[in-house]
Amino acid sequence: MSEASAPLLKIENLDVHYGAIHALRGASFSIAQGEIVSLIGANGAGKTTTLRAVSGMLKPSAGKITYRGEDLAGKKPHQLVAKGLCHAPEGRGVFPNLTVLENLHLGAFLRRDTAAIHEDLEKGFGLFPRLRERAKQLAGTLSGGEQQMLAIARALMARPTLLLLDEPSLGLAPQITEAIFQIIEDINRAGMTILLVEQNAHLALGIAHHAHVLETGSVVQSGTGRELLKSPEIRRAYLGE
Amino acid sequence: MIELLQHIVDGLSLGAIYALIALGYTMVYGVLKLINFAHGDVFMLGAMMGYYASAKWSGEAQNPSFWGAALVGILSMAICGVVGFIIERVAYRPLRNAPRINSLITAIGVSFLLEYGGQNLFGPTPNPFGILPRREALNLGGLSLGYVDVIVFVVSIALMLILQRIVFHTRIGTAMRAVSWNAQVASLMGINTDFIISFTFVLGSVLAAAAGLLYASKYPSVHPLMGLMPGLKAFVAAVLGGIGNVPGAMLGGLLLGLAEQLVAGYWSSSWRDAVAFAMLIIILLVKPSGILGRSDAEKV
Repeated sequence: MSEASAPLLKIENLDVHYGAIHALRGASFSIAQGEIVSLIGANGAGKTTTLRAVSGMLKPSAGKITYRGEDLAGKKPHQLVAKGLCHAPEGRGVFPNLTVLENLHLGAFLRRDTAAIHEDLEKGFGLFPRLRERAKQLAGTLSGGEQQMLAIARALMARPTLLLLDEPSLGLAPQITEAIFQIIEDINRAGMTILLVEQNAHLALGIAHHAHVLETGSVVQSGTGRELLKSPEIRRAYLGE
Repeated sequence: MIELLQHIVDGLSLGAIYALIALGYTMVYGVLKLINFAHGDVFMLGAMMGYYASAKWSGEAQNPSFWGAALVGILSMAICGVVGFIIERVAYRPLRNAPRINSLITAIGVSFLLEYGGQNLFGPTPNPFGILPRREALNLGGLSLGYVDVIVFVVSIALMLILQRIVFHTRIGTAMRAVSWNAQVASLMGINTDFIISFTFVLGSVLAAAAGLLYASKYPSVHPLMGLMPGLKAFVAAVLGGIGNVPGAMLGGLLLGLAEQLVAGYWSSSWRDAVAFAMLIIILLVKPSGILGRSDAEKV
C-alpha cells in the first residue's frame, strides 16, 4: 500500500515572503488522493498564501511543493491547470464583465471534449439551478451568493484532480453555506481531492478527512477533522468556546 | 444640404480610420493598462511598408489592380503584426511587474525609436502613395464619394465586424476580456496570459497597419512622422469612447472624425487639429470614464 498511498500533494518547509513580510514559515503537510484537507487559522495565518503558492500565483522563497511526484517550482498557474490543479480564488473571482455562461466556459478553457463540457455544464446547472436562469446575465449583476455558486461551478468545469477552494462560505447566508458544503462533500465522494481554506472552523473540520491549523505561517497542529473538533485548544481558539 | 452630407461622409470616412487606430490603443489598455504611445508609429510603419511594397518592391503603384492592392495590404499588415509582437516582447514584457510609469516612459521611447529610426531608414521626405485609384466612385446629385472613401468604409467596417466577432464570440476573445478584468484570475482558468497579451498587440498592430494604408491613400503621401497626429487623435478617440472599451473606440473614432470635418468645413480648417484636444478636455471634465466607459474608471 505504501506506493499507492504516496501523497497527491506534498508541501515541505514552505517559506513565502511578501516584501518584508514573512507570510509562511516552513509550513509542511501533505494530501492523499481522494481526501478533503482543511486549513484553518486566524486572518493572516497564511492559509490563502499557501493556496496561492501551490497554484503558482506566488513564488515561494524556500521549500518544495510536489504534485503527483513532480516538483512545481517555476510552474505558472495556467500550466498547473493543465495538470488538473485548479484554484478557486477567494473574493469569488468571477469575471463581472462576462456572462454567467462565459464564466463557466472559461472554467473549461483548456478542455477540448465539447460533449463532456456540455455534460458538466448541465451538471453545474443541476447543482445550482439559479445559474441556469441567469446564464445570459453578466456575472457582475449576480448577488454575492450567486457569484460564489458560479465560482464553484466554474472550478468544477475544469474537472480538476485537486481543487483548491478558498473561503467558499465567505459572506454567504448560513443556508447557502450549508448547501455549498454539501456539494463539496458530494464532489469529493465522486473522487475529487480538495484542499479547503475556511474561516468557519466548524464547517471546515466537519467535512475534512485531515486538517491542519496554521498560526503565523506554520502548521501548529494536525489531525483528522474529528480529532481537531474535539481538541480543547481548537475549541477555545477557533470554535468560540 | 448637399454640403452638410458631404461633410458627414468625409467625416465618417476619416473617423473610421481613427476608429481602427483607437481599437489598438483600447485593446492594449484593456489587457495591460498601458497606453502604448508607439501605436501611432506602427500605423506609420503600415503605410510605409505599403509604400515600399507597392512602389519599391513591385510596380503595383504604377499599375494598380484590386488583387495587387489586397496583397500589398496583407503584406503590410503581416509586417506590422510581427513588429507589434516584437515591441511587446522586447520593450514591455520585461517591465510587466514594474511600476506603470516605467512602461509609459518606455512606450514614448519606442515611439521615438520608430519615428527617428524611420527617418534614418526611410528618409525624412514625404513620398507619394497610391494603391487606390483617386477617382470619384459615386456621384449622388452632387454628393461625391471617392474610391478611397468607399474602400475606407468597406474595409474598416469589415475589420470592425471581424474584431467584434473575435472579441465577443470566440474563445480567445473571451480570454482577452477575462485578462482585461483580472489577469491573475484569468491565469487560474488555464489562460496563458502572455500569449493573450501578445495576441492583443498583434491584433492592434494589424488594424493600425490597415488604418495606415487607408490614411495614406486618402492623403496620398507617406513619411516617418505621419503617425504622430493621427496617433494622438486616435488616443483621444479611445478616451472619448471609454478607454478599454471596444465599441467605445469605434464610436469615439467616428465622432472625432465627424467633429473635425464639420469644424473644418463650417468654421476654419486651421482649427481642425484643435478640435480633438478640445474634445479630450471636455470629456475629461464631464465624464472622465468616456462615453461608453465603466463609471468605476481605473487610474491611469
